[in-house]
Amino acid sequence: MAESPVWAVVALPLALAALAWAAAALDAVLGAASAGGTGSGPGPGLVRACGDPLHEAVRLLTQQRRRTLMADRPLTRIGVVVLPVAATLAAVVVPLGGRAVADLPVGVVWFNTMEVAVWGALWLTGWGADSAFPLAGGYRFLAQGMAYELPHMFVLITAALGAGSLDLGEIAAAQDGLWFAVWMPVAFAVYLVSALAMAFWGPLGHPLGGDLAGGAALELSGPDRLVFLAGRYLLLTVAAAVAVPLFLGGGAGPLLPAWAWTLVKTCAVLGALVWARRRFPAVRMERFMGIAWTVLIPATLLQMLVVGVVVLD
Amino acid sequence: MQAFAFWVLAAAAAGSGAAVFVVDSMARATFSLLGSFLCVGAELLLIDLHYLGVLVMLMMIMEMLVMAVFMIMYMMNPAGLMPMSMVHNRRGALAISGTAFAALAAGAVLVPWPERRGAPPADPTRALGEAVMGPKMLVMMVIGIAILATMIATVVLATHRGRYDRPGSDARAEGGGGG
Repeated sequence: MAESPVWAVVALPLALAALAWAAAALDAVLGAASAGGTGSGPGPGLVRACGDPLHEAVRLLTQQRRRTLMADRPLTRIGVVVLPVAATLAAVVVPLGGRAVADLPVGVVWFNTMEVAVWGALWLTGWGADSAFPLAGGYRFLAQGMAYELPHMFVLITAALGAGSLDLGEIAAAQDGLWFAVWMPVAFAVYLVSALAMAFWGPLGHPLGGDLAGGAALELSGPDRLVFLAGRYLLLTVAAAVAVPLFLGGGAGPLLPAWAWTLVKTCAVLGALVWARRRFPAVRMERFMGIAWTVLIPATLLQMLVVGVVVLD
Repeated sequence: MQAFAFWVLAAAAAGSGAAVFVVDSMARATFSLLGSFLCVGAELLLIDLHYLGVLVMLMMIMEMLVMAVFMIMYMMNPAGLMPMSMVHNRRGALAISGTAFAALAAGAVLVPWPERRGAPPADPTRALGEAVMGPKMLVMMVIGIAILATMIATVVLATHRGRYDRPGSDARAEGGGGG
């Protein structure tokens, strides 16, 4: 893989931030559409919803911080900041038009490591506030950790196995003509589910669940809350971006250049993930635990077996 | 540059390792230890062992988080937000750890290290995989299955009874009791 230009180091976070903002705007629009029932065409409510994320960001930036008694402030800060930092670092191995910002030969493992760092970020955020609901929210993610991580890890390995490489660029290149999503449909489906879980989003958003009055993020206010929520959107964006080299052929496609195809595919996956939040109800935690261990893990192992046999052939 | 990074990371690893015994809460101690391990993982990246380095980071984050749960669950001061100390039997512990450190450091300095034979492989990840999955295949398979069986057994035991289906009372049929 070719060395990436220096400006890419600046461009990557900017592109990520733009996509994350678009995801937040789409979520606001979907929310307004389902709440308002504007009928046909985008009404004024929907147009206003587009600006909602920006409006909210400015509101949070100017809001005064709320403090809890005996909070562990350094740990909270670390947790809040690690969230967007880990998401951005996870993105440095994503090939954009044939090249990634960091040419790491074990990109898949690096991506997974940064996702797991989010477990710690969430737990620290929940712990630091010294408040009951955030604490329970932080622990929720850890309690589900293995149920989220094992299927996720297995599908990542399956794609790597299909390409015979842990390098995201080489995995994308190995799908010449036939996308992994086509001949590894189970792995792709499980990836999308576990992407929701890793970004604690939508049906798997228990750590911030409404039944915990907002969970881990309950006591966050002002800029802290902005950084935390932006970090979650960045995480969702990165999960969508990595699905492209893993399963959707990377930048391959007719007419458009590679970077444009990567962007188009990322937007499509990101849109689907955001849409899933309004479309599917929250899955009960213990039910997901059961499904993960009895359905998802065996299914991903079988998928890996099939891919292994095909590759050996 | 590489030597500089090595020393910075080494100092950070030792420093945050020492911080484990200085900080006053179990959560801070756990994450100080994690910081130390992350520095060690980065040291491995410095010598181009990409896979091992990133793997150390991945496993250590997971391990420390699981450990945080158990340490806080079983510690003498639940919640651990109150000031607490990781140090017990100060004098004895200092003597033992001082002796152990001196012995290990003396070993590292005094042992005549062998000259390097051969060159590092072009792809250390592949070499590691072949070493593990070639001659050690049987051991790895047995260990792998044993670990997976342990994990599944633990989860089965833990989820035997969830908060919604208690034995004796049909909580599901009664409905409305979710919280």
